[in-house]
Amino acid sequence: MCTANNEQLKAKVAEYTAKVEKSLAKFPERKNLAPNRLYTPLDVPATDYEKDLGMPGEFPFTRGVQPTMYRSRFWTMRQYAGFATAEESNKRYKFLLDAGQTGLSVAFDLPTQIGYDSDDAISMGEVGKVGVAIDSLADMEILFSGIPLDKVSTSMTINAPAAILLAMYIAVAEKQGVTPDQLDGTIQNDILKEYAARGTYIFPPKPSMRLITNIFEYCSKNVPKWNTISISGYHIREAGSTASQEIAFTIADGIAYVDAAIKAGLDVDAFAGRLSFFWNAHNNVLEEAAKFRASRRIWAKVMKERFNAKNPKSWMLRVHTQTAGSMLTAQQPENNVVRVTLQTVAAVLGGTQSLHTNSKDEALALPTEDAVRVALRTQQIVAYESGLADTVDPLAGSYYIEALTNKIEEEAWEYIKKIDDLGGAPAAIEKGYIQREIQDSAYKWQMEVEKKERIIVGVNQFQIAEKPVEGLLRVDASVGELQKKKLAELRSKRDNAAVQAKLATLETAAKEENTNLMPIILDAVKAYATLGEICGVLRKVFGEYEANVSL
Amino acid sequence: MEKKIRVLVAKPGLDGHDRGAKVVARALRDAGFEVIYTGLRQTPEQITEAALQEDANVVALSLLSGAHNHLFPRIVELLKEKDMKDVLVIGGGVIPDADIPGLKSAGVAEVFTPGTPTGDIVEFIKTNVKA
Repeated sequence: MCTANNEQLKAKVAEYTAKVEKSLAKFPERKNLAPNRLYTPLDVPATDYEKDLGMPGEFPFTRGVQPTMYRSRFWTMRQYAGFATAEESNKRYKFLLDAGQTGLSVAFDLPTQIGYDSDDAISMGEVGKVGVAIDSLADMEILFSGIPLDKVSTSMTINAPAAILLAMYIAVAEKQGVTPDQLDGTIQNDILKEYAARGTYIFPPKPSMRLITNIFEYCSKNVPKWNTISISGYHIREAGSTASQEIAFTIADGIAYVDAAIKAGLDVDAFAGRLSFFWNAHNNVLEEAAKFRASRRIWAKVMKERFNAKNPKSWMLRVHTQTAGSMLTAQQPENNVVRVTLQTVAAVLGGTQSLHTNSKDEALALPTEDAVRVALRTQQIVAYESGLADTVDPLAGSYYIEALTNKIEEEAWEYIKKIDDLGGAPAAIEKGYIQREIQDSAYKWQMEVEKKERIIVGVNQFQIAEKPVEGLLRVDASVGELQKKKLAELRSKRDNAAVQAKLATLETAAKEENTNLMPIILDAVKAYATLGEICGVLRKVFGEYEANVSL
Repeated sequence: MEKKIRVLVAKPGLDGHDRGAKVVARALRDAGFEVIYTGLRQTPEQITEAALQEDANVVALSLLSGAHNHLFPRIVELLKEKDMKDVLVIGGGVIPDADIPGLKSAGVAEVFTPGTPTGDIVEFIKTNVKA
């Protein structure tokens, strides 16, 4: 890119710098920003278009994974939703599909995510609170009632018990007459970031990695269109990491999954095309756009050069995005609509494949229907009205964006190398390294806010006296009782001898390291064994993960 | 030398969001308190036991899953049962304003919602702790 007379340009930049120093001295608070004041061709001296950027849809995918990007179709607009019972959530999904949403995304409550039934003592107070309560196939049938599973794609935020929820989804589809090969969707299935940042782990790393590779293998043969994992930086960022740390720690997790699957005997090109990623769209629009571009370039190199994948699909970092929940403010919540708009812009300029936009009231509670509609409309306005989706990777060639993409890539590689030296992501998590790095960044951010080195509008500047917000969504406490009643009914109606037999088979199989557990779990699910019963058997065989707590 | 105020930062319930708990724990430590963090998924019984073992003056609860109305009062109750009624119980997280009066009447001394500067929590503890 640097074709001009460099010496002449250097002199011009020096002249500019000398000239502006004096006038900028009046603005000391703007002095210590991370980016340079001005970017010129001197900041991207060695850019080789073919090698560093390439065409969209081609290695190293800096400009996007598809050749046409949003000139063919827009990203999938996919709002993460679920609360209370399967009946309530089913209604919300139909509302969203009617509002023009193009894919479903299921939020499960915490007992479901951690493998406990709603009638377990530990579930008290949590049933249906942050997502929908699913105890058995019976709940799953209600959740997707009237929604044709061959027509929608469904993403499920489920990790430790991902195999069980996927099995339930396959079983519901079969009842609708839809075969597994027609199913399109994603399970999060990313246990490493649960240990590092999100906290809904159940089993220790080794059996957890086995369940994950079992899913890779099973789906490659039976559910070929399914995205078997969503390797997630989102929660790492929410926990406080920087942009570079988000992609570095996540790609390090990705490397660990690929390693594990290859060690389990899978061919890299048989599963790598179904790996997907999940990024956060944070407030700094241009830094975020550059982050997406850098992450695609890194993953392409990892897959091609480190793992010798041959299929170009294996090199592509396809990504779902969610706007940053932790950046929403409880103060003046209307302002969050603007924040989410900017974050949407970042995700679209970054070239995301699908997007969830948060609702303005989410720093206070789960979103109301009205708030969710505005959040979805935000995506539609950016898609249809803003022009941002009219050309592929419109920021390419900007001196700043290219320099920033290079910088984020370099910082991420440094972390990835450090994690390699520690023995890979599982070892780095075991040592607490990744958690500490995230915590340090989170604390730094908070202190910057408190010292007003970082301004958050309505929080540490431009505050007003506010009345409590009214009309928030509340999940009725009776949901827990209702689920308990449904469970009691299920346990009295089903063939309990068959359930016990399936669970016994599962226990034996879990002890044999080389057995793929997916078909056995599918059998148990079809006999209406509950999530808690299945996880109970696996807990017995695998044990539970004990986090090492550090401050 | 004055005895340090001992704070148990605890995560009751099942939610894994502990960015806030960890930031607060560190800020309290930097403010000169002795801070113990329980880690995730603690039952009310475990938290009470830890408060007893650690001889805590303050129990700081963090919860973002919406189960606060069930779990916070339960912890206050258990602390009283164990004869730790002087322990200052405070809470934080995604907690709707409408729930705060109920939590306070159940014995939670103060509830800190998103956007609170850590300095406010430090001041509150210093003013209200019975050490």
